[in-house]
Amino acid sequence: MSGGDTSARKPGGASPAQTRRRVLALLPFGVAAAAGGGFWAMLSRMRTGGFDPHDIHAPALNRTVPDFALPGLDAAHPGFSGNDLRHIDRPVLVNFFASWCIPCVAEAPLLGRVAALLPVWGVAYENKPSDAAGFVSQTGAPFARVALDGSGRTAIDWGVSGVPESFLVRPGGIIDWHLAGALTETVVSATLPALLSRIGR
Amino acid sequence: MHGTVLLSLILSPELGRFALAFACCLAGAQTVLPLWGAWRGRTALMASARPLAWGQFAALLLSFCCLAAASVANDFSVRNIAENSAVAKPLLYKLTGIWGNHEGSILLWALILALCGVAVARFGRNLPGSLLARVLGVLGGTALGFELFCLLTSDPFDRLWPAPPDGQGMNPLLQDPGLAFHPPILYTGYVGFAVPFAFAVAALLEGRVDAAWGRWVRPWTVAAWSFLSCGIALGSWWSYYVLGWGGYWFWDPVENASLLPWLTGTALLHSAIVVEKREALKIWCVLLAIGTFSLSLSGTFLVRSGILNSVHSFANDPTRGVFILGLLALLIGGALLLFGLRVHLLQAGGLFAPFSREGGLVLNNILLCSICAVVLTGTMYPPFAALLLGQAISVGKPFFDSTAVPMAMPLLATMAIGPMLPWKRARLTPVLQRLWWASLLALLAWAVAAFGVSGTLPVLAAGFAVWVIAGAVADLASRILLFRAPLRDSAARARHLSRAVLGAAIAHAGVGVTVLGLVGMSQAQHAIVSVHPGDGVDLAGMRWTLRSVRDADGPNYHAHVATIDVTRNGRLIAELHPSRRVFPLQHQTTTEVAIRTDLVSDLYAVLGDEHEADGTVVLRLHRNPLAPWIWLGGLLMAIGGFLSLSDRRVRVGAPMRARRGAVPAVPAPAAE
Repeated sequence: MSGGDTSARKPGGASPAQTRRRVLALLPFGVAAAAGGGFWAMLSRMRTGGFDPHDIHAPALNRTVPDFALPGLDAAHPGFSGNDLRHIDRPVLVNFFASWCIPCVAEAPLLGRVAALLPVWGVAYENKPSDAAGFVSQTGAPFARVALDGSGRTAIDWGVSGVPESFLVRPGGIIDWHLAGALTETVVSATLPALLSRIGR
Repeated sequence: MHGTVLLSLILSPELGRFALAFACCLAGAQTVLPLWGAWRGRTALMASARPLAWGQFAALLLSFCCLAAASVANDFSVRNIAENSAVAKPLLYKLTGIWGNHEGSILLWALILALCGVAVARFGRNLPGSLLARVLGVLGGTALGFELFCLLTSDPFDRLWPAPPDGQGMNPLLQDPGLAFHPPILYTGYVGFAVPFAFAVAALLEGRVDAAWGRWVRPWTVAAWSFLSCGIALGSWWSYYVLGWGGYWFWDPVENASLLPWLTGTALLHSAIVVEKREALKIWCVLLAIGTFSLSLSGTFLVRSGILNSVHSFANDPTRGVFILGLLALLIGGALLLFGLRVHLLQAGGLFAPFSREGGLVLNNILLCSICAVVLTGTMYPPFAALLLGQAISVGKPFFDSTAVPMAMPLLATMAIGPMLPWKRARLTPVLQRLWWASLLALLAWAVAAFGVSGTLPVLAAGFAVWVIAGAVADLASRILLFRAPLRDSAARARHLSRAVLGAAIAHAGVGVTVLGLVGMSQAQHAIVSVHPGDGVDLAGMRWTLRSVRDADGPNYHAHVATIDVTRNGRLIAELHPSRRVFPLQHQTTTEVAIRTDLVSDLYAVLGDEHEADGTVVLRLHRNPLAPWIWLGGLLMAIGGFLSLSDRRVRVGAPMRARRGAVPAVPAPAAE
């Protein structure tokens, strides 16, 4: 410790090097405190509804579906395009999924119940065709159509932030509602029926 | 039947709740009295720590037994039992189902924490009195937090009236022997790191860290680490054979939450050696001990509060989140603040050359912590990006595969060299002399892998894995002077080899075995086919023929069971029975994977949908080379850890056999 640098000395007698070391020692506390503050903000906003890791604002909401045309998975699961969605005569749920995504596996049984309400069209996000086929056969996800978005470009146009993500498209190809994250019991039994009856009117 | 009802009347939920509240009081006393005593130098107060730890454990055990009795006796007036159990559930799962839900798992967590406290009280009798009092005090405070959490926000004994005639049953995915024992083992790992944490905080309070401290901390770290390794391996095995995806690790936030403390725990394990042998890295070691337990706690918090999106989601509840956050702020914030204010009291010491055993261990720590930082970033980026930038980003497998996995390569490369380096200062030549044949084997493995394995990273990893295993063998061989001394001498040396050295070599070899398993799995072949019964398909040089699909019923499910014959060149090599189970109570279907393993590769078959219309059945067939090695390696790591723990020189805190008679049951704390 250089004793010559008296001007920087505090009355307590700590040299700059010691002060530096003490500040450094408090760094882990600072990082933890910042993280804790962040968590606290998340939790308090979660309670007021301002922060929800499952609900993300979609740029595409209340707009016409973007232009795209994607190949299908197989004969039983043809692909679809933006044009197809603009000419539907009843609402369709477009579900982005990937075989490597575990929440997608978990939500598959709920998709089965959604399929009783309205057709479900799947988009395989950054998946090889064989993996997407595996997902469909394995989970029994009731997709009427499956489009392969191998590059993820279409997902970007739709504003997809991650899989699974679902969009409710009403006749005319307007995105009416959007859920970033896996479907839940409440969504299937309350939210979707309410939305459908509103569209129906 | 009458016996269990009678038992559940005596061990009533109210008694359970009372016992839990009593444990809270004892934990409070265990926090305040010994810490106060150690501060004021009152030996009587310090001596209260050990009986209080025993009392707290006994009260919690009683509480846990009450919950178990309610579960076995089908007491559906207890909300927790009604929501998670059912009459038709097999007895084993009634017991293991206790920790299959949020409330019960927190109770188990607290019980294990109390067990750790008892273990410290039991094996730490020759610790200095004030250190033991402070360690138990910190453990008591941690336990108090969890018991209050359990009592105030997640009461497992909450009553439900009117009581339903039958419960809702548990998630069928959890009805599995592998998963039944996965949580206790994993929690023991998480909670076990509370002991090094308590030692670190106690050292900061004492203002002293010395070689003895390193010697006391190391066995607890090894124990927690071994349990955590075992728990992670079990969890990964479960997702392999239950989810039916042929995958073993999905970089899910819950999985990452267990990997993070494992990485820093591994670093702590190694840096504690340096503190013990060379009195260096003391401050770093204290920070790592605090950090490892902090990561264990935060992982649980993040998952249970619902901040991180995961499949393993327990009932997400922000209110509980606020409570745990407060608890974390007190524990982690308090420990880190103490670290910041008092760390200058710890004397840094022990100089060493960069190329030495210490240098190797520092490199190990740097690499492990870098991997940990990357995984932490990937896991925490989505919620923080959503909070600060308002944009949603998902970070998945592709990110981790392309960042964390390559970073493990230098770690593997240096792992074989480290144990051979002498302390203080090393020279490269003698090390290379002992490792020449290991390098030869690694080169050979690279050559073979370059032909047989596709992908750059798997080829690289294959060579390094062989290098690590050969390095571990070479380390042992050089210690017993194999082929350099007469065989009889070598055998004698092998018998006297310390179990710590043997354990370390086995754990290192285990890492190599796991990596070979990962390489094998990257070469897996699979096919999804739609076939009629009687049809066959070719995959991986074998013919897989679907014989039949029949119905079968279990205790609380209906099942469809397929029979698949696997033949090679017309010779039957395996008969697989994958099935699908429908659980009517939960409206849920699970797949039961059929796996036939010969330890070199797994034949893995999953039964998919049956199409009524055309009579076809969807099958998913995999051939997974070396798959069992992944978990075998994990098991080897844990075995290595336990073996090293059985070495008396490692667990110096344990009572010595010869002296046991001489130590009174409750010794007066040594006057400092």
